[in-house]
Order: sequence, then C-alpha cells, then structure tokens
Amino acid sequence: MRIVLYRLLAVLLPLALLEILCRDRVITPLTLPAPSRILLGLWTMMANGTFNAAILKTLTNVSLAFVLSVAAGIAAGAAIHRAPLLRALLEPLFSTYYAIPIYAFYPLFIVVFGLGDAPQVLIGFMLAVVSMIVSTLAGLDSVPAVLGKTARVLQLSPVETIRSVTLPYAAPYLFTGVKLAVAYAFIGVIGAEFIMSGTGLGYEIRFAYDNLDNGVMYPLILLILLVAVAVNMSLDHWERALRARRGRG
Amino acid sequence: MDTQPPIHVSLRGVTRVYDSRLGRTHALGPIDIDLRRGEFFAVVGPSGCGKSTLLDVIAALAPASSGVVTFEGRPIGDTVPDGVGVVFQENASFPWLNVADNITFGLRRQPLDRAEIGRRLQYALQLMGLQDFAQAFPSQLSGGMRQRVCIARTLVMQPRLILLDEPFGALDQQTRLLMGDELLRIWRATGATVLLITHALDEAAMLADRVAVMSARPGRILEVIETGWPRERDSQVVSVPEFGAITARLWTLLRAQSMQALRPESV
Amino acid sequence: MIRRTIYANPSLFLVIVLLALWQIVFWLVGRNALLPPLETILYLARLLQTARFWGHIAETGTAFVIALVISVVAGLAIGLALGVNRLAAEVFEPFLLAGNSVPKIALYPIVLLIFGIGMPAKIAFGAIHGVVPVAIFTLTACSNVPPILFRAAAAMRLTRWDMIRSVLLPAALPDIFSGIRIGFSLTLIGTILGEMFGSQRGLGYLLMTAIGLQNIEVIMSVTLLLVLVAATVNTLLLAQDRRLRNPGG
Repeated sequence: MRIVLYRLLAVLLPLALLEILCRDRVITPLTLPAPSRILLGLWTMMANGTFNAAILKTLTNVSLAFVLSVAAGIAAGAAIHRAPLLRALLEPLFSTYYAIPIYAFYPLFIVVFGLGDAPQVLIGFMLAVVSMIVSTLAGLDSVPAVLGKTARVLQLSPVETIRSVTLPYAAPYLFTGVKLAVAYAFIGVIGAEFIMSGTGLGYEIRFAYDNLDNGVMYPLILLILLVAVAVNMSLDHWERALRARRGRG
Repeated sequence: MDTQPPIHVSLRGVTRVYDSRLGRTHALGPIDIDLRRGEFFAVVGPSGCGKSTLLDVIAALAPASSGVVTFEGRPIGDTVPDGVGVVFQENASFPWLNVADNITFGLRRQPLDRAEIGRRLQYALQLMGLQDFAQAFPSQLSGGMRQRVCIARTLVMQPRLILLDEPFGALDQQTRLLMGDELLRIWRATGATVLLITHALDEAAMLADRVAVMSARPGRILEVIETGWPRERDSQVVSVPEFGAITARLWTLLRAQSMQALRPESV
Repeated sequence: MIRRTIYANPSLFLVIVLLALWQIVFWLVGRNALLPPLETILYLARLLQTARFWGHIAETGTAFVIALVISVVAGLAIGLALGVNRLAAEVFEPFLLAGNSVPKIALYPIVLLIFGIGMPAKIAFGAIHGVVPVAIFTLTACSNVPPILFRAAAAMRLTRWDMIRSVLLPAALPDIFSGIRIGFSLTLIGTILGEMFGSQRGLGYLLMTAIGLQNIEVIMSVTLLLVLVAATVNTLLLAQDRRLRNPGG
C-alpha cells in the first residue's frame, strides 16, 4: 500500500522538521513547544485524568447535538419531502444557511437559556441539522419513481417500503449527512465553548491561552484534532464498507 | 489489372494486451485487415469482443501490443495521426460552448484564417442540418442533435479517415435509421474512408460496402462480407432481398459468438 | 393562486415568514434578550450613519478581502495540483477532507501565537477557513470531468497543456465556482471569528464587546448586518453558479 506509506511520510516529515526547529530554538517554546513534548504532555494529561471532566462535558454536548440533529434532520427532511410548497419556501434558506455566521446567535441563546449547556448544544444542533435535512432530501430524491410503483404493485406496506426500498437507496446520502452532522456538531459545540463558556474543552483551551500555558493548551488542541480525525476516519471506513457491500460505484 | 482503390489503413498481426486490477487482459487480436480508400467499412461483433479497442488502436488512442498499423503508408506512432477523425458513442460535446464554438474547437490550433474557418463552419452546419442551432448550447439539444454536433466537429477538420464508435448507440431506432442516411450523405460528400463500429447488424448491413464479423474475446476477424451496394444508397435498401440474406449471414456468424460472450467467464 | 406566487418568489415569502417568527419570538422572550425587527433595522440604519461604524466595517472588509484572495488562489493551486496528478490526489485527499471536519477554532490560539494580535491573524484565520472548501471542490471538479471529453480532445490532437486550459478548466469551472462560493462564506465567518479576540477594531470585535456588555442593540444590529451581507452575496453567487451549470438558460 504505497499510498498509505506516502500519507505517513506526509505527516511524519513535517513533524520531524518541526521537532528539529523547536529543539534548535528556531521556534521558541513560547510559540510552539516541540511536537514530542506536546505528545508527552497529552499522554500525561490523559493518564492523570486532569481534564476528564472537560472532555466528558464536551463529548456529552457534542453527542447530544449530533443525535438531536440527526433525528430532527431526518424527520424534518422526510416531512419537507412530502410538502413541495414548504420545500420551495425553505430552499433559499438551505442554500444560504451556511453562509450565515451562526455564532452571532450565541449571545442570544445565552440570554434566553442562561449559562448552562443549552447554548452550546443548540449552536451545534443548529449547525448540524440543516446538513442532515439537505442530505435526507437528496437521498429521498434519489429513489427512482419506478421503485415506488414497483412497491405498490408488490403490495408492500409503507413500513416495508421504507425498509426495503427507500432506505437502501437513500442510505448513502443519509450517511453523508451523518458525517457532516458529526463535523458540525463538533465545530459548533467547541466553538461555542471557546467563545463564551465556563466548561468544556473549548473553554479550557481558551483559559490556557489567556494564561500563556502552552504546556496545557497545545496538548488539548492536539486532543481535539485527534478525536475529530479519528471519528471522521471511522465514519469513512464504515461508509466504504457499506458501499462495498452494496456494490455501488 | 487492379481496379480496386488503394489501401488506406492496414493492420498486420495487431494485438492489444493490457494489465489491469483483474490481471492480464487479452483484449484484441491478432488482427489482419485492410481498409481501402473511400470505402465504408463496418465491424460487428459480440459485446466485449474488442471492437472499440480496435478503433482505439487505429486512432492511436491506445497502443498496439504487437503488430503494425499503417495509415496512408506510414506506421502510426503514439499520437493521433493528422487526417483522422473520431466520433464516440457517449456525448462528447463541450457543455460550456455553444454549437458553433463546439464545431470549430478543433480548428483553433490550425493555421487557418477567419474566413476559411467560417466557410468550413457553414458547410458543416448545413451538412448536419444545424444552421438554426448555431448559437444553442448542447444542454438545450436532444441526444441526436448533440451527436450531429460531434460529427460536425469532426468534419470541419476535413478528415480522410472517419472512425465512429457506436455513434448511434444511445439513440432510438427511428433516429438511428435517419442518422444512418445522413452518415451515407456525409460519406459521399467528403469522399472519406469510414470505419463504423456497431452492434446493430441491420445498421452494418445497410450502410457498409464491407462488414467484418469479429469473434468473442480476444476478438479476431472471422469473416468479411461484401454487400455490393451501389454508392448511391440509403436506408431503403432494406427492401432489397439481398439485405435479408446478408443480415441472416451476419447473425449466423454472430449467434454462436454472442452466446459465448454471454457466459460469465468471458466477462 | 397563493401557491403559485409562493413558487414564483420563494425568497420573498421566506423573508416574510422569518420576520414574522422573529417578531413572535420577541413577544415571547422579551426585551432582555431580543429586539424586534423594526427596531433592529432602525438601529442598524443609525449605526450606518456614524463614521466609527464604517471604520469597523472597513477593518473587517479589508481583512476579509485579503483573506478571500489568499483562499481562492491557494485553494485553486492546491486543487489543481492534486487534480492533474492522480497519485497526489489519492495521497492527500483525506488530509483535505479532515481539514473540513476539524473545529478550526481550536487552531485559533496557534494562529495568534504565530501571527500576533491584529490584522495578520485575522487574515490568516479567515484564509484557513476559506482555502479548504476551494481546494476540495477544485479537486473534485477535476476528477468529475467526464473522461469522454478528454478522449475527444486527444482525438483532436490537443497537447497536454492545451487540454488543461481548454477542456479541464472550462469543464471544471461550475464546481470550482461552487467551491469559491462556499469559500466566500466561510472566509467571512473565519475573519469575523478572528476578530473576536485580540482585536481592537472590526465587526467581530464590536460583537464580542457587545456580548460582554450585554448590549442587545449592537449584538442584534451587527448580526443582522452580517446575515444580510452574507445572504445577499451568497444568493448572487448562487445565481451565477446556476448560470454556469446551465449555459444558454
């Protein structure tokens, strides 16, 4: 697998270069500690469980935002699909939605919901739900009309139709929506924590930055990057497995 | 005394073998065949027999693994020779250009002045019946019209050899028959040598001077049938009794080959 | 009859519905959290008459334009470089996609440490947000060009450079443009985010200060301004996007 080798090189070579530059003090520790020290710091942090509370808080909020957005997104997408008038009305909103700085609504949420977890989860939800709706719509669109007719000829019940016709066809699109929802839930929650919260990984990074604590800040950033990449990679892997089974493409 | 026209394209011992993820594929050959200048030559064969590969090799779009392909007396290398035009089955019109710009696309790099390009464009538009659509875009045209644009694009370069790879495969039967008549008109008007790859036996039998039947993969030429039609012909040749005999002969040859091609191991 | 007018002008009706919802939420939630639409518009109009506000707009605008140029140029370069080389594309594509799902705000402290506080940091942060979609879309655009177009070009004896210029680029342009459209929105968001900390001028700074002071008027008017600008530009770019995909109407 030459490609995997190239990818490893693409990651390791710059890291090695950074390591050398940091050790030679070309890059000062005040800007960036050596990668090896960041890794060590992260390891120690995880072993001591120093930030377990923050990690738990962030992951809980992200999961909550994710689950809510997927459930609401699929439900709303299915409903909108059957109401062409509503769909025509919402179409401009969907195409412009991600141009809007959602973070600007954060202060509004704080004022309305107080300083608990709700604003973070809500921002994550708002970012993620529209991509789920759009993906659900695309998935339902992709089911050829002839299959609906076939299902009726075969006298399938609505549940059976959804299970054996609609879902298999829409699945790839739904999966794309799920991947996007995960990414947006992360971005929304952590962003909100960073801007204005008292708990969670985003807040801890901000706190560490304000206190010039690179020894804490960088490992935490690395942790977030690793988690985001790991989740994305496993979803990709799962998607590829699903697609291979269907023999599509 | 040889009253036959001179040989335009010649293949000697041509094969094509390539490596893919599935292993080594022997796609074609060995092929020995001659195309005479100005003739209309069709090739039929079961699916997967290498008909399209044959066309690719002649056009230098793919290299022959062995053997020699000669065009106008010179062996072809790895670039498409001057004087060869190709029409593909899939729509190859450029969606971002209108019909006129599509047609003149191939002339950009040639040392022609504006007037000559304009003349050739008008000629091609007229020949293909596209005068009213010069400013339209391919997305506004039907499948048959788009193929006409691709044929026109090939014609303006005044090719001496026209290769068509199942050009009407994506069209409905009536359109195909009409396009067949148009192809004959173009052939007569340009005097070019035409090589037509098709899976439709009736199309080959009614259009061509000679029809080659290929075997299942690896495709070799089984037989070349002379139709003997006069140069001035059109699709109404189907009412001539000999047409039925020719088509029957083609099907007899092809039937066994096609059944072999349907077997899973030949995929 | 109403149905037809809705179908004809969905955006108009959408705006009406959103304004109505806004007003309703205001009645439910009260003046501590929200300002009603009319008052927000009036307040914004007043702000737009002050030179100081325009100073902030100029600050954000400058940073944004520079960041956008960087995003587009860098994104195109990366996308095209990978687009014409299949091996490179296979090796590096996962990295690009990872760039999409990572919460870039976690990288913000690093940007601040490298570029210091002020304009360069804003530009850098905006550019980071924008370059990813442009690169991804450009790469996908290149690989989505139907191979038959290249075969036809080869049959017309085009040189490799000519093929890139006269076939690849025009064929890929619609998708590249979509990438630039999304890059525009994300660069704006990134620039504003970059202004929220460590900056003394700009719309993001205004927003952050207003959040701290619980200044609902400023929060709402600046948000409204951002939403209006983002939505308008995005709609214009969308229209151009559609025109590129469907030349000749």
